[in-house]
Amino acid sequence: MMSLRTDKDEKYTFNVDNVRKDFPIFKESMNGQPLVFLDTAASAQKPNQVIDSITEIYKTEYANVHRGLYKISETLTAKYEGVREIISDYINAEHTSEIIFTRNATESINLVARSFGKSFLKENDEIILSELEHHANIVPWQMLREEIGVIIKIAPINDEGEFIIDEFEKLLCNRTKLVAISHMSNVLGSILPVKEITRLSQAVGAKVLIDGCQAITHLPVDVQKIGCDFYVFSGHKLYGPSGVGVLYAREELLEMMPPFMGGGDMISAVTFEESTWAKIPHKFEAGTPAIVQVIGLGVAIEYLKSLGLEDIRKYEKTILDYATQKLLDIEGLRLIGTAEDKASVLSFTLDFAHPHDVATIIDGAGVAVRAGHHCAQPLMNRMNVAATVRASLGLYNTEEDIDRLVSSLHNVSEIFN
Amino acid sequence: MDSLRELYQEVILDHGKNPRNFTTPDNATNKALGNNPLCGDQLTVYLKVDSGFVEDVSFIGHGCAISIASASMMTEFIKGKSEDEIKQIFNKFHEMCTDEGIDKGSIEELEKLQVLSGVREYPTRVKCATLPWHTLLAALAGEKEVTTE
Ligand SMILES: Cc1ncc(COP(=O)(O)O)c(C=O)c1O
Repeated sequence: MMSLRTDKDEKYTFNVDNVRKDFPIFKESMNGQPLVFLDTAASAQKPNQVIDSITEIYKTEYANVHRGLYKISETLTAKYEGVREIISDYINAEHTSEIIFTRNATESINLVARSFGKSFLKENDEIILSELEHHANIVPWQMLREEIGVIIKIAPINDEGEFIIDEFEKLLCNRTKLVAISHMSNVLGSILPVKEITRLSQAVGAKVLIDGCQAITHLPVDVQKIGCDFYVFSGHKLYGPSGVGVLYAREELLEMMPPFMGGGDMISAVTFEESTWAKIPHKFEAGTPAIVQVIGLGVAIEYLKSLGLEDIRKYEKTILDYATQKLLDIEGLRLIGTAEDKASVLSFTLDFAHPHDVATIIDGAGVAVRAGHHCAQPLMNRMNVAATVRASLGLYNTEEDIDRLVSSLHNVSEIFN
Repeated sequence: MDSLRELYQEVILDHGKNPRNFTTPDNATNKALGNNPLCGDQLTVYLKVDSGFVEDVSFIGHGCAISIASASMMTEFIKGKSEDEIKQIFNKFHEMCTDEGIDKGSIEELEKLQVLSGVREYPTRVKCATLPWHTLLAALAGEKEVTTE
């Protein structure tokens, strides 16, 4: 295994052996073999730092937030609110109040569709999505279309899985009111030119929502540099707990938008005649939030920062390059998604076996991948495949993991050929 | 590797690669589309039913080796049988794929189809084997489409 790799012109230190020790799951085996986990794009494994912080809170610090007039509630409230700062800093938001906690990215997108979409879009307004969107960034807009009659247009990608900016530009017009697009594809790994997309969209007066579910784990994200109006992601793909997601939205939009759900925590005053809303961000956080998960997500981000974000990215790139090379050496393997600008996801098909058979067989060798349509059926149609095998990388993967993947794929070939 | 070998037996691989009765007929009386939304597998089963008997059966579609093999073997097995017989076979087949404690003797009547019993060890793959059968029952019942969940 590799440790303390140093490149000639890209100096960095990242000790993957030490990092793996932080993730207790790697002490486990799967089907009698040491676990090779290649499904981080679905959900990432959690380091001890996150797991321990969660246990510790429940053991010694737990209380509800924003309510108790006593010490432990105040302390925990401060920790919970502190995570807003950590995230705001991580994505470089201008204001901490622009960070809204949700359950996951899906809820964040639905919040924007229900609150912003329903209030500020009207019949025949146009929404542009891309061909590579996850169902989470398609279905909420179709539901909005059902309700208010907006029109959905689809920006195409090319055969490599790259966003075609010129074609996108042709779709933009003064009826375009929202552009909702992924920062990075969960199937192809393609990175989209979100800054350029945002600039072009805003030039015709459209708002821009970026689905950062994958990008947040692998790329630097600076919402002010991108200039987008909304940015969403889930904590569980960022080595944090499941049950917490984030919506970033520009302050002036959040001020205008009506609440998404009503209840406790989101009000300023309630009488039976009327209620007034709390200020942002709390206007959008009805009810007891995922307190401990939010704090766990803060710990995950601090953990990543302590490893060095830039170093993590450089390391992941070396593994992606290694994996790409090794996979392409396999006869009958076709990589789906060969964008020049891509990260951490390898989708492929084998001409001798269906993706599900592949996943079942390599599971027997302790290798965890995903097979199927990856919640992106329109993209599968675009790429002319019914399903793919997807190996996706996290900061804990090694060249040895890739070698195990490759040798397990040879088992598949043995069975089928 | 042993239970994998059990799952991917020669017969299954052969039917998966060279499915029998893999055509679209022009004289079908019944047809249904079967979907497995989890994996995107899709099969269409065509039947020619006459006085309660399945005179002819074929299918087309795409899926994993297990679902294609299961469909292929199903078409060979049910041709000429009555609707009632087919329903009984379905129940047995389903039991074989899901019931760990099933007594070997009780599924002898499934003959060649017994090679598919290996899916029992793979809960996520049971639906691959049963999708064609659900589609078959839907076609018999005159339903257009069925989805396994
Ligand atoms: C690009 C993308 N968007 C949205 C989602 C939905 O995330 P979640 O299920 O956490 O809401 C995912 C995760 O599967 C994703 O990869």
